[in-house]
Amino acid sequence: MEIENNKSNIIEISELNKWYGDFHALKNINMNVKEGEIIVVCGPSGSGKSTLIRCVNFLEKFQEGNIVVSGTELTDDAQKIRKIRSEVAMVFQHFNLFPHLTIVDNLTLAPIWVHNETKEEAREKALKFLERVDIKEQAEKYPNQLSGGQQQRVAIARSLCTSPKIMLFDEPTSALDPEMISEVLDVMVELAKGGITMICVTHEMGFARKMANRIIFMDEGQIVEENDPINFFKNPESDRLQLFLSQILTHEE
Amino acid sequence: MAVNELQSTRKPPITQIGAILWLRTNLFSSWINGLLTLASLYLLYISIPPLLDWMFLSANFNFGTVNILGFDIKFSEVMADNDSCGKEAACWPFIYEKIYMFIYGFYPREEVWRPDVFYGLTALFILIVRLVRNYKYKNRVILSMVVTYPIVSYILIAGGFGLLPVVETHQWGGLLLTLIIASVGILISFPIGVVLALGRQSDLRVIKLFSTLFIEFIRAVPLITILFMASFVLPLFLESGTNFDKLLRALIGIALFQAAYFAEVVRGGLQAIPKGQYEAADAVGLSYFQKNALIILPQALKISIPNIVGSSISLFKDTTLVLIIGLMDMLAMVNMTSQDIYWLGRETEGYVFVTIVFWVILYSMSRYSRKLEIRFNTENKD
Repeated sequence: MEIENNKSNIIEISELNKWYGDFHALKNINMNVKEGEIIVVCGPSGSGKSTLIRCVNFLEKFQEGNIVVSGTELTDDAQKIRKIRSEVAMVFQHFNLFPHLTIVDNLTLAPIWVHNETKEEAREKALKFLERVDIKEQAEKYPNQLSGGQQQRVAIARSLCTSPKIMLFDEPTSALDPEMISEVLDVMVELAKGGITMICVTHEMGFARKMANRIIFMDEGQIVEENDPINFFKNPESDRLQLFLSQILTHEE
Repeated sequence: MAVNELQSTRKPPITQIGAILWLRTNLFSSWINGLLTLASLYLLYISIPPLLDWMFLSANFNFGTVNILGFDIKFSEVMADNDSCGKEAACWPFIYEKIYMFIYGFYPREEVWRPDVFYGLTALFILIVRLVRNYKYKNRVILSMVVTYPIVSYILIAGGFGLLPVVETHQWGGLLLTLIIASVGILISFPIGVVLALGRQSDLRVIKLFSTLFIEFIRAVPLITILFMASFVLPLFLESGTNFDKLLRALIGIALFQAAYFAEVVRGGLQAIPKGQYEAADAVGLSYFQKNALIILPQALKISIPNIVGSSISLFKDTTLVLIIGLMDMLAMVNMTSQDIYWLGRETEGYVFVTIVFWVILYSMSRYSRKLEIRFNTENKD
């Protein structure tokens, strides 16, 4: 998929450095994301890929560098953080649905409390999104009554309810049983086609190959290599990426 | 490759079910448990029959003629007195004669309808909470009752405001006082406890330090000390001549004491909430207040129900300590009525009566907490 060059940057990350205590988790990250772009971030575990996208909505604090999200620079200012979070949605590895609320209440919570929508508006929209991810009939159930795949689809619908400009996916299929992965990936493909900006941390190379505009490979806290999908898989330049690809692609196809 | 036919289901072997199995697994699973069972049975045998004999079989129920709901019921010609009761068994006419003291303390007899209405309101309150469970606006109903109930109760019991004659707090006593101290203590200390628990988890250093110091100071001191402090030390800080109600001082002490305990109970619940819940709440853009009120506390309090109720039960029992600073609660009333020269030596009956009243109230609380747990669990089964 091609992204037009005249689109403006919606996320600009420059000189980003982050430490956990003494551990240097992110080293000098520079990265721009254009509006509508689909980015897949991959790499071995502990390479900092989750940390990177969690910096974008300030779930993780960073010590050096700048992140500008749709024109707003991330600082400690609680107002700005809330503004950015209301435009950036996140889907987690372990879904993180609110277990004490029904599915539909999970979806309407942020629209009502953060975006000041009325209950009726929010509910109507929530049911629409539940229909889109194909679980409308579960609306009045509680999260723990659903399967993992269904829960993750609810989580995706929940993040769509606030009409975000950017969606962050933090290993959305890693906690799922194998037979449920495709139902979640299908929803993600639908979204990607819809033109929303996405950054996905994932090991699903099939999804990356098919949908990504760019794939970023991280190792030891740095961006080692980035490329379009075709060249990423065909002509990996660094040894580390070659090794990584050989490890994860051995059992594919 | 072999394909097995689908097996039909069967009942378990007969030796694995029934009463014999129950006895074997529960009472005689090993020779040491068998011995313990026999020892327990023996203990029950030597203690229960004499107790029943004292309480019922040989006890004196000569109440004279009692008017119950407009019917005169004749228990005996005349009411028994201390001498005619004898010393071997319970003398229940003592309780009958002093029941007003046990339930209302020194509350003026002509105003007794007010505590009665208060008891009625309390029962109604509990009934309504149970009835509106599935009603659409139940939160609004319950919230409005939680706000109005204490105000109405206060005006009823204390009087004033030009509505009812004032009844001074030193006239309050017995079960009435016990209930007031316990319920006011619990209702005031609970929100303070929640705030302290959140404070102790806070990222803001000063708030965290204050909450931690407060909680640890209070928990390291017995309730009696705090009651003494509230009763005798607190007035020293106030201008001399300030008339600071004794009951109010005790209530402040109890509320602060209980707040520290609730704080630790709620903190336990907070710690059980996975980090992902905080992150999800943050990620959708909820504020700190919204995050705690909508996501974290509902879950944390739900987990804490057994401990919250347990802690409340402890407080209810601890209210008996107020007799030390001269408040006449139900237990203090036993001490006082047994000094009556016509009824000397009848404190045992009083203590048994108070025990039964406490047991009924606290056991109901404990049962209710069990019910709450089960109800929330079905909503949210793992």
